[in-house]
Amino acid sequence: MFNQTFSADTQFRKASAEYNFGFLDEYAKKEVRRSVLKAIAIPGYQVPYSSREMPMGRGFGTGGLQLTLSLIGKKDTLKVIDQGSDDSVNAVNLRSFIEMTCPGIDTTTKVSEATLIQSRHRIPERELREDQILVLQVPYPDALVVVEPSEDKRKIMHGEADYSRLLVKLYEDIVKFNEITISHRYPTRINGHYVIDPSPIPRWDVPKLNNSKSLILLGAGREKKIYAVPPYTLAEPLEFDDIPFRVESFNDSTGKRRTCWRCGCDHSFLDEFIDAQTGDKRYQCSDSDYCDEQIKSQVNNQELEG
Amino acid sequence: MTNDKVLQVRNLSKVYGKGCSKCFELTGPEHNTNICPHCGSVVAAHDISFDLYKGEILGIMGESGSGKSTAVKNLFFDEIPSSGQAIFFDEGKQYDLFNLNAQQKRHLRNHRFGMVYQNPHLGLNFNVSAGGNIAERLLMSQLSNYQEIRERAIELLHRTEVLTERMDEMPKNFSGGMQQRVQIAKALATNPTLLFLDEVTTGLDLSVQAAILDLIMEIQRESETAMIAVTHDLGVIRLLAGRTIVMKYGRIIESGLTDQILEDPQDAYTQRLVASAL
Ligand SMILES: Nc1ncnc2c1ncn2[C@@H]1O[C@H](COP(=O)(O)OP(=O)(O)O)[C@@H](O)[C@H]1O
Ligand SMILES: [Mg+2]
Ligand SMILES: [Zn+2]
Ligand SMILES: [Zn+2]
Repeated sequence: MFNQTFSADTQFRKASAEYNFGFLDEYAKKEVRRSVLKAIAIPGYQVPYSSREMPMGRGFGTGGLQLTLSLIGKKDTLKVIDQGSDDSVNAVNLRSFIEMTCPGIDTTTKVSEATLIQSRHRIPERELREDQILVLQVPYPDALVVVEPSEDKRKIMHGEADYSRLLVKLYEDIVKFNEITISHRYPTRINGHYVIDPSPIPRWDVPKLNNSKSLILLGAGREKKIYAVPPYTLAEPLEFDDIPFRVESFNDSTGKRRTCWRCGCDHSFLDEFIDAQTGDKRYQCSDSDYCDEQIKSQVNNQELEG
Repeated sequence: MTNDKVLQVRNLSKVYGKGCSKCFELTGPEHNTNICPHCGSVVAAHDISFDLYKGEILGIMGESGSGKSTAVKNLFFDEIPSSGQAIFFDEGKQYDLFNLNAQQKRHLRNHRFGMVYQNPHLGLNFNVSAGGNIAERLLMSQLSNYQEIRERAIELLHRTEVLTERMDEMPKNFSGGMQQRVQIAKALATNPTLLFLDEVTTGLDLSVQAAILDLIMEIQRESETAMIAVTHDLGVIRLLAGRTIVMKYGRIIESGLTDQILEDPQDAYTQRLVASAL
């Protein structure tokens, strides 16, 4: 799908020489940066910006892409991930587009080497550092959209920190299912005021927003919004006093923690898939770089021991 | 007595339309219209003044279009008045209702006032269960313990005689009378000082009406909640209201003790209303 919208690839490659570093003109980048500054100054507030047309459909991460292109410099090292993987089609396409339009930058798949990380659906397992920036691609920026269709009314609700209707949704969830069933886009209150939609990250990643050492920026291209979770900022998932927020459980029916079949990790977010040959369920670290890293350190340890 | 004052309304006016200098002199009961012949604006309410005391039910009566709902909508911040003043007295504090900021208004609306509308769609969120509707109001008042919210909702629904087994059902599954009971439970959730009732029994079966009016009187007996009951139904006024205001074409044409008004109406219009109800 992405490839199709991107099919003018070779043509574009030729034409790209005529584009500014970072594809966007300097004026557009400045505007994005101004919005970023405002977003940092008002944690969790959705700052509107004039999202540009990008040579791919909106909804393919153009919001995150515009953030990345406005922030990146020649000295940066970029990592692009989609659902935890550097190798998925979307990640590969975005990375090659950025490489093409930002000559001189480095790219990496290693979290530890990256200065700028653009991601969809996951926050890396390894804790990010102060000198790193995480850019998350967001399809729907407004957590209130599920309870209020009018944007004008939502703005007032945000301004007044009126989230009772979101809490009622959690209440109804518990009534119906005995637990809060929201799996992705878990509404999270930033710095004690604005509640954000933290993009389709799993609940597993929500605690990583809290008191993060790195700056986390969220960009919605189609909805033309930028918002931020600044470093060392409170990020609290909505919950009840007596029914606290919980991350996904990876225990099997006997209560034993499932492990990654590749690296054996027992503390990462696992993807489930069916083994084509045996038909069995298999579990694997969703963060491929983290998985590789664990394998490598095991090999190193074995070498040391041997 | 003055210590027990809950609400003091003075010269409340609401004009729909751009208005002109002749609006007020060319409308009202003596002109048999609330539409200004000069500029076409609707003088929905003008020069409305009254006081309300703790534990009291004040009736606002008048035929359809006389401005009853306009009066309460302005006080509940559903509308913004054209002019006038309203002071709300609560827990030793005074609030100048028409000069509050949005947050202060929201606070009073969610915590200290309650509203029950004729149309349950205005008072209830039909996308969430009966219990969820009550939870919403409790969550606004910073209650954040699920079990406590649940218990309080059960207590309120029990209080308003809604089967608590049905608390997790959607309002659309309920009869009109039940929907009004859920609305009342929701309005009472925060123990409001002031409750507005706008034609709460209109359109319901007579037996259902009687049961709901009973419930309102019970609430009045048990709590100190002051209420304003808007209705075009003389029977409702007779049953509920200690004092009554009669409105016509946006103006108050008569006010006083309900018994006196019903026994010895001064205004010709009220005389006709009373006579036709006998
Ligand atoms: N939003 C509005 N715009 C214009 N006119 C209105 C509006 N709301 C009410 N009115 C008019 O104001 C007058 C009083 O209405 P209302 O207070 O609803 O009467 P009541 O509740 O006594 O039946 C009516 O003539 C009505 O048509
Ligand atoms: Mg009315
Ligand atoms: Zn692994
Ligand atoms: Zn006029």
